[in-house]
Amino acid sequence: MARPQDQRPLSPHLLIYRPQNSSVLSILHRITGVILSFGMILFATWIWAAAYDAQYFALIQQLAGSILGKLALISWTACFYYHLGNGIRHLNWDMGRGFSLPEMTRSGWLVLLFTASLTIFTWAIVIRKVGF
Amino acid sequence: MSNYSRSSLRSPLGRVRALGSARHGAMHWWTERLTSLALIPLSLWFVISLLTTLLGAEAQGVAAWLSSSFTALLLAALTLIGFIHTKMGLQVVIEDYIHCECKKIATTLFKDTCCYALMALALAGIAKLHFIGL
Repeated sequence: MARPQDQRPLSPHLLIYRPQNSSVLSILHRITGVILSFGMILFATWIWAAAYDAQYFALIQQLAGSILGKLALISWTACFYYHLGNGIRHLNWDMGRGFSLPEMTRSGWLVLLFTASLTIFTWAIVIRKVGF
Repeated sequence: MSNYSRSSLRSPLGRVRALGSARHGAMHWWTERLTSLALIPLSLWFVISLLTTLLGAEAQGVAAWLSSSFTALLLAALTLIGFIHTKMGLQVVIEDYIHCECKKIATTLFKDTCCYALMALALAGIAKLHFIGL
């Protein structure tokens, strides 16, 4: 049932707010977390299939080897490093450190640099070892 | 209390009971930090294992990797802690965006079922590959 209080505008008007380093990185932490949750389906079924279902294991290998599969794996790698780096940033905040605006902007860019370089490094190893 | 207009026979206390917090917030917050702390070394260890030994591995390769009890223990820990962290993280997302109580409960139940089922699947796989082999 629609109550009058449900019709009120919501603060802080997210859609007309200019995206900022702080807000974009904050929502990215959540988005990457949700994407990684879906990756957990692959993680769990991959282990299970290795033990119990050769057919399904072959299917996973085939999917992971396809172009779409590789793109998904690269995205998961980037999401993983972002969530890891930004998670460490969060743990630092939880200890009461790094809250000033210059520090926050700097650590934010640092997390992006961490994500990009480790994703590239990881896939450079993959491509060197098994090709693309 | 005296100028409170009574439209029903329920007492003011009865009206507000069970409308507050569930009193689990601090524990949720703390467990999320603890699991994230544990996942830093565990997840990095798994990524390094993927790159060094598991890249393109067949089921035999995964079984050989899991024959070590140290590896099996670490992977079981990663599975357990990883799924607890996933379950708790998704819980916050659900509570933030789904406001209809029945949809919220249904989504939570579905999410928890998936997390526990997948956790069991992975643990069963680890146990079989470690104790029995392929």
